[in-house]
Amino acid sequence: MNYAAPIFKVNRLNLFYDAFRALNNIDMEIRRYSITALIGPSGCGKSSLLRCFNRMNDLIPTARIEGEVLFEDADLYSPNVDATEIRSRIGMVFQRPNPFPKSIYDNVAFGLKINGYQGEMDEAVERSLRQAALWGEVKDRLRNSALDLSGGQQQRLCIARALAVEPEVILMDEPASALDPIATLAIEDLVRELSERYTIVIVTHNMQQAARVSDETAFLMVGEDRAGYLVEHGETNQIFTNPKNERTEAYITGRFS
Amino acid sequence: MARIANRFDPRLARRKMVGGIFYGVFFAAVLVSIISLFVLLIQTAVEGLPWLDFDFLTNYMSRKPELAGIKAAIMGTLITIVFTALFTVPVGVGAAIYLEEYAPKNRLTQIIEINISNLAGVPSVVYGLLGLGVFVQLMSLGKVVLAGALTLGLLVLPIVILASREAIRAVPNEYRLGAFALGADQWQVIKGAVLPSALPGILTGTILALSRAIGEAAPILVISGLVYVTFVPGPLDRFTVMPLQIFTWVGRPQEDFRSLAAAGIIVLLIILLSMNAIAVLVRNKYQTRSED
Repeated sequence: MNYAAPIFKVNRLNLFYDAFRALNNIDMEIRRYSITALIGPSGCGKSSLLRCFNRMNDLIPTARIEGEVLFEDADLYSPNVDATEIRSRIGMVFQRPNPFPKSIYDNVAFGLKINGYQGEMDEAVERSLRQAALWGEVKDRLRNSALDLSGGQQQRLCIARALAVEPEVILMDEPASALDPIATLAIEDLVRELSERYTIVIVTHNMQQAARVSDETAFLMVGEDRAGYLVEHGETNQIFTNPKNERTEAYITGRFS
Repeated sequence: MARIANRFDPRLARRKMVGGIFYGVFFAAVLVSIISLFVLLIQTAVEGLPWLDFDFLTNYMSRKPELAGIKAAIMGTLITIVFTALFTVPVGVGAAIYLEEYAPKNRLTQIIEINISNLAGVPSVVYGLLGLGVFVQLMSLGKVVLAGALTLGLLVLPIVILASREAIRAVPNEYRLGAFALGADQWQVIKGAVLPSALPGILTGTILALSRAIGEAAPILVISGLVYVTFVPGPLDRFTVMPLQIFTWVGRPQEDFRSLAAAGIIVLLIILLSMNAIAVLVRNKYQTRSED
């Protein structure tokens, strides 16, 4: 595998909900084993873009795309690609922690079971919980309801659940926005750690967070027609210290939001 | 404090009086329903309790009131309701799952939904006639338990569907998305994420629907007629059910049979209230668990 090659290539991507265009002509690449942050004002389509990477938009009957998204150089939206299979290779963590109302163990085991995991279930559950830095806190109460956990723990459980199915990419949609500052830092540390083994794309409202955790940052804005478009994409350091586009600079310095 | 320019006439006393009258009217409305319920219960208890003993529960019908019992009707009701549940739960929950999780949101689905709601309002005697025509005659089942069970099943099917749909709709969409994002297909999402959460609501709705079916006399009267049953019926036997037995006794000229009817009502009420209590318990148990 060519590690230098991007894992995702987005070419002239347009996303529509019925007649409404949500994304306008997006071109971008996602680097392997890096953390890419998608930032931008509300309604700029960053979450919609994120959901294009694992075909979650397929679940919205009115959603339709033009252009292409290449995953490992293969068209993600080609008719012979199974969205179900894709989603087990490209995991997702949502804005609000959404553990199933089952035990902690069953939450992690769910993805393993539905994907026909052949190995030892207990080991896989432990491994996933360890990777998500949650094992120590829950190892004595794996059979307790996941809903007994705190918000931050629940979100790390959701990350463990996503890791269990051994994805190549993890998409995170504002994973810390519903959490307190301490839980947020724990998630950020975890994201940094995970980036050694996974490609991570993270949507965030919080620019400090983007600056702290990400390697690359993509800045999106809302156009006149309310469609989101990509303004600038580069190394996080460069975007935050030396943006090429004046709109990027205006946004990160807080002159508009 | 006097107003400077008297452009208002607050008439506070009058407003208070009107308010008081309405308070009284609404309170009286509550009293009417509560009192009538209590009068009914007390009257039934006074009349029926002396007749309610072990023999009453274990005896079959008899032409002599002191020997008559309700065993055939109790067993008829129980076996009928078991078959009703076997039919209506899978069909009702299945239809609800289809409508909530699979059906495209289009005009046809809308029409189906509206008609299911309408079906819930169709008088039960109409279902009796339907059952008589379809199950008894067309399918030649005869006037048996199975025909009655299927008829009651159709009668409460809309209730089961509506209750199940409500329970399924109450499942947070985040659970579905979470399961989809792990690579679950539609059925795995339903089985793993939707149904476990919806189950308490489905159970509650189903129990309430079945208790409605237990109380129905009209459709069973149409299906089975008034029969003299002195055995525990199997699925393909002639049968009677408790409301029908009560109806039969009330129609007898002898005073004693009317007291027997009251005793039967007490037994029926106990069964119905127990089922409703179970429904409430199920709901509460799972509610506290998911809020923990």
